[in-house]
Amino acid sequence: MSTTTRTFGGGYGDAARPRVGFFTDTSVCIGCKACEVACKEWNLVPPDGPLGFTGNSYDNTMALGADTWRHVAFVEQEVPGAGAGALQPAHPDLAAEAAAAAGLDGPPSAKDGMRWLMSSDVCKHCSSAACLEVCPTGALFRTEFGTVVVQGDVCNGCGYCVPACPFGVIDRREDDGRVFKCTLCYDRLSDGMEPACAHACPTDSIQFGDLDQLRAAADQRLATLHADGVSDARLYLRDEADGIGGAGAFFLLLDEPEVYGLPPDPVSTTRDLPRLWRAAGLAAGALVAGLAVAFAGGRR
Amino acid sequence: MSGAPEPPTPGRSGKGQRVADRPGVSMVPPAEFRSYYGRPILKAPIWTDEVPAYYFAGGLAGASASLALGARLTGNHRLASGALTASAAGILASLPLLVDDLGRPERFYHMLRVFKPTSPMNLGSWLLTAAGPAAVGAALADRLGILPRLGRAAEVVAGVLGPGLATYTGVLVADTAVPVWHEAGDQLPVVFAAGAAASAGAAATLLTPAADAGPARRLAVGGALADLAAVEVMRRRLGDLGTPYERPPARRFANLARGFMTAGALAVGLGGRRRTGAAAGAALILVGAACQRFAVHKAGIISAADPAYVVGPQRARLAARDGSRHQPATGA
Repeated sequence: MSTTTRTFGGGYGDAARPRVGFFTDTSVCIGCKACEVACKEWNLVPPDGPLGFTGNSYDNTMALGADTWRHVAFVEQEVPGAGAGALQPAHPDLAAEAAAAAGLDGPPSAKDGMRWLMSSDVCKHCSSAACLEVCPTGALFRTEFGTVVVQGDVCNGCGYCVPACPFGVIDRREDDGRVFKCTLCYDRLSDGMEPACAHACPTDSIQFGDLDQLRAAADQRLATLHADGVSDARLYLRDEADGIGGAGAFFLLLDEPEVYGLPPDPVSTTRDLPRLWRAAGLAAGALVAGLAVAFAGGRR
Repeated sequence: MSGAPEPPTPGRSGKGQRVADRPGVSMVPPAEFRSYYGRPILKAPIWTDEVPAYYFAGGLAGASASLALGARLTGNHRLASGALTASAAGILASLPLLVDDLGRPERFYHMLRVFKPTSPMNLGSWLLTAAGPAAVGAALADRLGILPRLGRAAEVVAGVLGPGLATYTGVLVADTAVPVWHEAGDQLPVVFAAGAAASAGAAATLLTPAADAGPARRLAVGGALADLAAVEVMRRRLGDLGTPYERPPARRFANLARGFMTAGALAVGLGGRRRTGAAAGAALILVGAACQRFAVHKAGIISAADPAYVVGPQRARLAARDGSRHQPATGA
């Protein structure tokens, strides 16, 4: 079935399956958080902590973590000159009064507007996954679907994967001691079902499928948006030549990645590992040379 | 046009240095950068203070084992004894520090269920598994005067693996997404090796009669000076990416390290042949070396928690790569 997508079937032989992933098209996300709820329900993810309000739009979870495997970001942007149809006060006199009370120069101009960016973030299931590569116990592994999953019975909570992830996805659950993150619903995949978040998404913002098909669909969607004049649209982590070798979960964004809390040019740290070991080799050699000099000076 | 509230001011100093050896790539975080409500992009390391304490203890153990082997080979048996004791003490301190930091300490042996070259922590565990018993066994054999041949063999094993033990931790921290660590990947192993040499020299100076401790004193002074120089080079190369070292609490440890190392090197270098000078200087160097590891650890946490250090260099990298195009790669 899968032909062009890089597969990770090496260790799986005939059991290897086509690589699957998510294409999250944020241009149709309505911020309903059904994905967050479905993920929590299906995977029995505990609460994030005491309920609270951040004041940051409708986002009260703020980031992915051990207890948040899907996270919907809400970005409110002023769009100068958005024109008719954008946010316009129904009662201009009241709006002017409110603006004066708030110490503003004036009510929002009829020419100006707001735009609301919403995006459901998730583990990227990187092709070159730093969390997996630095894991000293082998708890993090590549499944037959090409996804990256933590084996809870192996993880000893060393925490190395936490700062290794260039996206800040994986984290330790402190009362448990182990790390947790999105499994891309490994259990559901094994039964031929799609992940809970994609299943729950009412607008198909979260699309699940074979990665090559998703990439083709994303390319088409991007072309459509560009043709429609949405020049801000861009694909994020779709390219296999990027610093993580392309992601299993990639996105269509309407602004720069950092606006959504995503790194603009993530790199898997282990790409530099040969260079790092070379530096350590030189340092070890210098230590031996220093010892030789110390002894050359005699006993006293 | 950014709707996100004003991000916190990223750590900046007056010095606006660039990395000279990376043409086209400015390491300077931009004064203005876009972020999601100023939230961190990375997860800061969750390692507690036990981990930098281990960097110190493990480095001390490794370099001490090599110092002991050198002493034995040159016939300086009293220095060998002192260094072996320091090495065993470093190893014995390391194990509880490492195990206790785990989220599931009872599973510490899971480190050895695979052999995984892509994980510096896994390789370090194997290194400790080989060098640890060797160093402790060698010290016991030496102190108790038993099993001389096995003891000597253990000294060789520990002494040969020692430089690896003293430097792999530099790779371990650099092999993360933490900017102040990863971008210093060429210097951190040198910093850690120098600190290990300084601590091993200082510990052996404390534990060996002054008449036999010449090599230990030279190692202590040379290691301390090398540590100071290596840290200076690292921070210069990092430029503004290195400003976490100027922010609390990393700043205090960095300053203490510099002060203690300098004072200790002076004391050992000038008065190391006298008991008091040697003891005071060695103690200062040991504390300074420990502070240096804590400075690196704390700077890493600061660096990961501030999105400026993540967005800045990545934006610069993108700009250098595709000129004026201010966008990530797309499939368009």
